[in-house]
Amino acid sequence: MSYSDFEPVIGLEIHAQLLTKSKLFCSCPTQFGLGDNDNTCPVCTAMPGALPVLNKQAVDFSMKTGLALNCKIRETSVFARKQYFYPDLPKGYQISQYDKPLCEEGFVEFMLNGEKKRVRIERAHMEEDAGKSIHNGDHTLINLNRAGVPLLEIVSGPDMRSAQEAAEYARTVRQILLYLEVCDGNLEEGSLRCDCNVSVRRKGTEKFGTRTEIKNINSFRFIEKAIEYEIHRQIDCILSGEKIVLETRLYDPDKNRTFTMRSKEEAHDYRYFPEPDLLPLKVEQAWIIESKEALPELPIARATRFTEQYKIPQYDALVLTTEKTLANYFEETAEVSKNPKAASNWVMTELLRELNNAQKDVSNSPISAKHLGELILEIDKGTISGKIAKSVFLEMWKTQKDPVRIINEKGLVQISDNSSIEKMIDDIINTNAGQVEQYRAGKEKLFGFFVGQVMKVSKGQANPELVNELLKTKLKG
Amino acid sequence: MDLSQFKVVEIANAVKSKKISAVEVTQHFLSRIENLDKKINSFISVNQHAITEAKKIDEVVASGKDPGLLAGVPIAVKDLLCTEGLKTTAASKILANFIPPYDASVVANLKQHGAVVIGKTNLDEFAMGSSNETSAFGNVKNPWNLEYVPGGSSGGSAAALAARLSPAAIGTDTGGSIRQPASFCGVYGIKPTYGRVSRYGIIAYASSLDQAGPMAHSTEDCALLLESFAGRCKHDSTTSAEPVPKWSKNLRDDLSGMRIGLPKEYFAAKIDDDTQKIIDQAIKTVEKRGAKTVEVHLPLVKYAVPIYYLIATSEASSNLARYDGIRYGHRANMQEHKVKTIDELYSISRGEGFGTEVKRRIVLGTYALSSGYYDAYYQKACQVRNLLRAQFLKAFESCDILMSPVTLSPAFKIGSRVKSVLEMYMNDIFTTSTNLTGLPGMSVPGGYSANGLPIGVQITARHFDEQSLFNVSFALEKHLVKEARSPHVI
Repeated sequence: MSYSDFEPVIGLEIHAQLLTKSKLFCSCPTQFGLGDNDNTCPVCTAMPGALPVLNKQAVDFSMKTGLALNCKIRETSVFARKQYFYPDLPKGYQISQYDKPLCEEGFVEFMLNGEKKRVRIERAHMEEDAGKSIHNGDHTLINLNRAGVPLLEIVSGPDMRSAQEAAEYARTVRQILLYLEVCDGNLEEGSLRCDCNVSVRRKGTEKFGTRTEIKNINSFRFIEKAIEYEIHRQIDCILSGEKIVLETRLYDPDKNRTFTMRSKEEAHDYRYFPEPDLLPLKVEQAWIIESKEALPELPIARATRFTEQYKIPQYDALVLTTEKTLANYFEETAEVSKNPKAASNWVMTELLRELNNAQKDVSNSPISAKHLGELILEIDKGTISGKIAKSVFLEMWKTQKDPVRIINEKGLVQISDNSSIEKMIDDIINTNAGQVEQYRAGKEKLFGFFVGQVMKVSKGQANPELVNELLKTKLKG
Repeated sequence: MDLSQFKVVEIANAVKSKKISAVEVTQHFLSRIENLDKKINSFISVNQHAITEAKKIDEVVASGKDPGLLAGVPIAVKDLLCTEGLKTTAASKILANFIPPYDASVVANLKQHGAVVIGKTNLDEFAMGSSNETSAFGNVKNPWNLEYVPGGSSGGSAAALAARLSPAAIGTDTGGSIRQPASFCGVYGIKPTYGRVSRYGIIAYASSLDQAGPMAHSTEDCALLLESFAGRCKHDSTTSAEPVPKWSKNLRDDLSGMRIGLPKEYFAAKIDDDTQKIIDQAIKTVEKRGAKTVEVHLPLVKYAVPIYYLIATSEASSNLARYDGIRYGHRANMQEHKVKTIDELYSISRGEGFGTEVKRRIVLGTYALSSGYYDAYYQKACQVRNLLRAQFLKAFESCDILMSPVTLSPAFKIGSRVKSVLEMYMNDIFTTSTNLTGLPGMSVPGGYSANGLPIGVQITARHFDEQSLFNVSFALEKHLVKEARSPHVI
């Protein structure tokens, strides 16, 4: 038996921190920056007698996300207490939805190596975050600023069959959250957290193998690497006759390996029971319908529309729709330039390259979509060549000026009148008699040399098509 | 004029009309506490700022502004309600030095209406008990006979009232904790409909059952006090938006057309003779006032005590998890105990901080919620609770008020039931259903036993029909007890 005889089964639990202004059960702000424990009150520090009151915006964000994940929305969902002792869990229980979550039975679709994949969403439920323990040698400090911040836990079905697919699924969910503007999607800062459940089984068998859960992964690349490692570890175990232990493992990106955090046998009995301090959450049909209608166009739908409306390749459409701001940028550029294909090329190559180099987000691009569209217009009008356009682009990046102004100020307008180009060609023919002779004798490769000379003399401003045309005639003699 | 005998309404009127100052009133009751409470132990702490607060009320009166419904009325608040800047202990060692940074909504409302918190009253630890013997600050004695318990868990509030150490008190009732001590101490006490009164800032025992209510010397006082703090609270999502009527302005002792239900199962219990006699007199009284009595059936009440002890302890086991010694409250001395792990710190802190009864209930509740037992205990209890509620609602189709004893017998001797946990729990036989169903219930003084101990009458009404409760209470107040007695201690 070998690796290829096995098949991995992967399911993901994604915790998305919702971008509400206040916490899930009190009015403390969710944005910190101030000192430790500054954003706390009797409710989120679990003072005696304090009670939770549900944040409506969190419900709204959760419902939107559920709908975007094609989930059914429960008209009556219930909060429960998940009980365990931990110093950064002030009440001794976490308020979470348990057997009656807000969102259930959905799915997401995405493209993987040119193939459409569908992963089921089992549930998406609301819960509160815990605080933070800072271990410091012989003592531990507790910061409760984060305690009570709203999270939506999105649980996939055990539907993924490769590490790559799992990472792509996670990217897709993140994309949707960003499109909905309900989560900032930052894995490194923990506003998006991903736990991966991994097991392997022999190909052709139905029964799932024993799974492990990998926690603490803070990038998509690491999701892929951690799962990849874990799949191989498990297969190695089985091949060497060992048993897989049901356990939670941590991923160490420096060593690229996972290691045991705690076995599930030590797992708690959470003693869930319905939270008596909150009434069951009722969402009326009208609210659900309203939320559904207010959903923005989601990435995969937008990509499909791009291929149809703008006739751009599917790959381009997928890249351009990875982020809402990027897709918006492209659409504006396409509209202004009236040339979607050129818009797509410029955004995908020049713009993304510069943004990447500068570590900038498209929303902070020094070149606006309008300006880029105008630049393409100037090319299409023949005012400048594509080559000059690239230098104008760089100037735009530096100065944030509009392209027409740069073209005028720098005198970059393309030379398109026959007589001035003819004069340049005549001079070149005169000073390069030898090359002209060789060309006329059949060394046609030299044509490029003459083009280059004209461009050099014209400082690149000569209209390349005219140069070609006139050179051909003149060189014939 | 003896201020001690003043009703809430009389004090508020006297303060408003400047016949007496709030400071004088406060002073009067503070010195009574100083002189008499050594014998009774009804207060855990006295508000050191009471005089300053009373002064402020007097200033408001002097300025001509409205000082509020309860101007200058001293209130004894059960030490289960958080009071900003004033120690709040729940009668537990684990919170012995806890000073809340905020007021419970009930307290905030009382203050807004001009009341002065005079002190914090003793109770069974975390309101878990029916005799006030589980307090970490010593048991409270019944002012009618110091060898007897005052009832519980709001025993301190009831005893303080009976001894006239305060003209009004606040209690909480999870399974009878207002009504039973009110009965044992001869005062009025109402547990409002669940959702009537904000639980925000009240140290939770069993969230789905807890409800705070007033205790006082008259129906009108109870009604007025409840008006001041009932209603929707933005900090408690289980409070109701139901409007709060002016009950105190609509009291009627004419009960014509009212049907009083007498639950057959309650009267089949082993009620002692004195209690039976008083109930019979109460029945005659309401009939004389025009009410009709009907027999009703509530066969499921025999399960009320067991389901109460499953649900209450389950919720309690969770509600008390926050007392971990991390952020506030008692923490074990780590060096002395050579504490090495966080789990050790928890278990030693909680082991030292909680008393026996509290531990017993945490263990019971933890067990009832454990995987493998949840369905058989907690969930089953919730199912029966729903059936019980339906049965009560059905009974209210044929009557408007249920009348019964509060307990099987009057107050018992201190120490006499400590060893018999079950006997102690059975004390709650008539009172727990009211909490399990969320209905409003009241204990109204009915008379005295042969050995001079007060005995109350329990009345229960439909959800949010506190007015009917107050009317029946008012009729009993005017027509049942003819003799005015005072406890020996005063």
